[in-house]
Amino acid sequence: VEILVCVKRVPMVGGRIAVTPDGQDVDTRMSGFTVSPHEECAVEEAVRLTQRLGGSVTVLTLGPEQAADQLRDMLALGASRAVLLETDGAEWGPIATAAAIAAAARRRPADGDGGGDGDGGYDLILFGNEAADTGDYQVPVRVAHELGLPCLTGIKQLEIAAAPADGVVAGSGGADGGGADGGGAGDGGADGGSGGRATALREYRGVQESYDVPLPAVISVREGINLPRYPSLPGRLRARRAEIERHRPEGRAEGLRKRQLRVPATVQQQAQILGTGVEAVPALVALLDELGVLS
Amino acid sequence: MTVLCLVEPDGAGVADASLRALTLARGLAAGGGEELAAVAFCPAAALSAELLAVLGSYGAGDAYAVAAQRLAGYAPLAWARALAELAASCGATAVLAAGTDRGQEVMAHLGAITALPVAANCTQVSRAGPGTVELVRYRWAGSLLEDAELESAPALLTVAADAVAAVPVAAVPAAADAGQAPAGPAGGEIPAAKAATVRPFAPELSGADLQVSATESAQRSTGVSLATARVVVGGGRGVGGPEGFGPLEELAGLLGGAVGVSRVVTSQGWRPHQQQVGQTGTRISPELYLACGISGAIQHMAGCLSSKHIVAINTDPDAPIIARAGYAVIGDLSQIIPALITALRER
Repeated sequence: VEILVCVKRVPMVGGRIAVTPDGQDVDTRMSGFTVSPHEECAVEEAVRLTQRLGGSVTVLTLGPEQAADQLRDMLALGASRAVLLETDGAEWGPIATAAAIAAAARRRPADGDGGGDGDGGYDLILFGNEAADTGDYQVPVRVAHELGLPCLTGIKQLEIAAAPADGVVAGSGGADGGGADGGGAGDGGADGGSGGRATALREYRGVQESYDVPLPAVISVREGINLPRYPSLPGRLRARRAEIERHRPEGRAEGLRKRQLRVPATVQQQAQILGTGVEAVPALVALLDELGVLS
Repeated sequence: MTVLCLVEPDGAGVADASLRALTLARGLAAGGGEELAAVAFCPAAALSAELLAVLGSYGAGDAYAVAAQRLAGYAPLAWARALAELAASCGATAVLAAGTDRGQEVMAHLGAITALPVAANCTQVSRAGPGTVELVRYRWAGSLLEDAELESAPALLTVAADAVAAVPVAAVPAAADAGQAPAGPAGGEIPAAKAATVRPFAPELSGADLQVSATESAQRSTGVSLATARVVVGGGRGVGGPEGFGPLEELAGLLGGAVGVSRVVTSQGWRPHQQQVGQTGTRISPELYLACGISGAIQHMAGCLSSKHIVAINTDPDAPIIARAGYAVIGDLSQIIPALITALRER
């Protein structure tokens, strides 16, 4: 299976979140960057699938030049190819983002089987359910529409059955073996409506929804679908040297215009300290009683 | 001119998140002098008198019952296709849905079908002019707010359910109906709003629209549900390891509550992800959240800010959680929790 995983560079926020003086961005002077947790799980899922079924994982992001750092982080987890859709750093809306990702998805095989024309370069396009910062919940769905593919979102459990013809590539095994270079070498003719299927589960208000769709498909996953590995040392070394494919897509303005970001005026309080250590337990019991939770 | 709001029946009533979305939608409709209509995906016969009364009490004049031949359960693209058709046929100026998994998904499809933007997780909306809505919406799951302007006809919006209270028309502070007296002690009843009128709607769907359809099955429930628990006992890095959760489970059991954990606990593999409270886990709204050994990262607080009372137990008096909690005990939870359990058992 050829898998594309889309990730987004977002600030790593800890105990505090602040906004720049112009109100346009999160203040990142004191923070590093990462990808959204759901997306890290998407990459992990993709790496596990290719270890089992063969094929390779491509990671893609749309963002500033520095977003290459996040691509290298994902390469270290076992992705074998990285694509940066480079912007000037301004925030892109979901419509323009999806159009750029769909265009990149259509371009797939630059190596291996060379069948890069038309749709369906990938058997599976994975996303995180929503980005940590904007939380738009739209890019996967819009990409699916651009490519005319079925779309599942919020998935917590995923099974992929590759088509019989190209499901014979053995998994490479080992914790870091997912990224044999030029992974497409042996799977000629694997692109396009591959005959594989995805079955997936989502939880919704106490109900379990199950889905079954043909590949290729667009699927967004949630944290909890797996427990992502830590990057291995060889993985990190390989990621550092890896070539990153770069494109500069055209952005465009969208109908939703941000005026400013602000920190909500929550009742910023300082907790009333009931005491220190076990001596505080009687006061704690009295409080629980007063709050009416000791029935 | 109509504002449409997707609603989901829940048993005999309407899902709470839908009522909150209806409340926000009603304000938008009122500001533009428009009608509010609810849209449910079910046969007209499934909209009981009771359900129509609820929808009416939230200000919906019409209730569209969308049903089609092969449309049996949840099918996101088909729902969006139907909404697009309905919105066009009734000249909708806005379409809203609760910011649930289904609401977000259907609205994203609707945005893609119509090539229009969608403003996700709105907490306030108002009509600024024809084709323009001013809004406030969540960023970072509510840790930040965005003031924005949406230029789109129709305006497509989802509602941050935990930020909007569900308020029926009758409970809106006077002014609306100056003539009608509010609930008198004699009658004891709030003047009944008019029940919504059922409007069957049969969209034209293709086979491709139904390609993605959910098969639903009830989930086996295990104990008290974290999302709806009255008491949540939270554990974070300060618990120290997987073996430290026994006392928290015991305490939660004593209080009839559930155990919730921070992200570090699940990414260390100490506890399963179903127990995570936070932006990428469960959002809780208990009477009491007892946060033990939890520093209070943004990611975690986004999931527990609707707690009525937060009590923190932490060794660090400067931890961010102390600035978000109502009460705190400073100290080592591995001593305090067993002592608390003993004290509760002795009562």
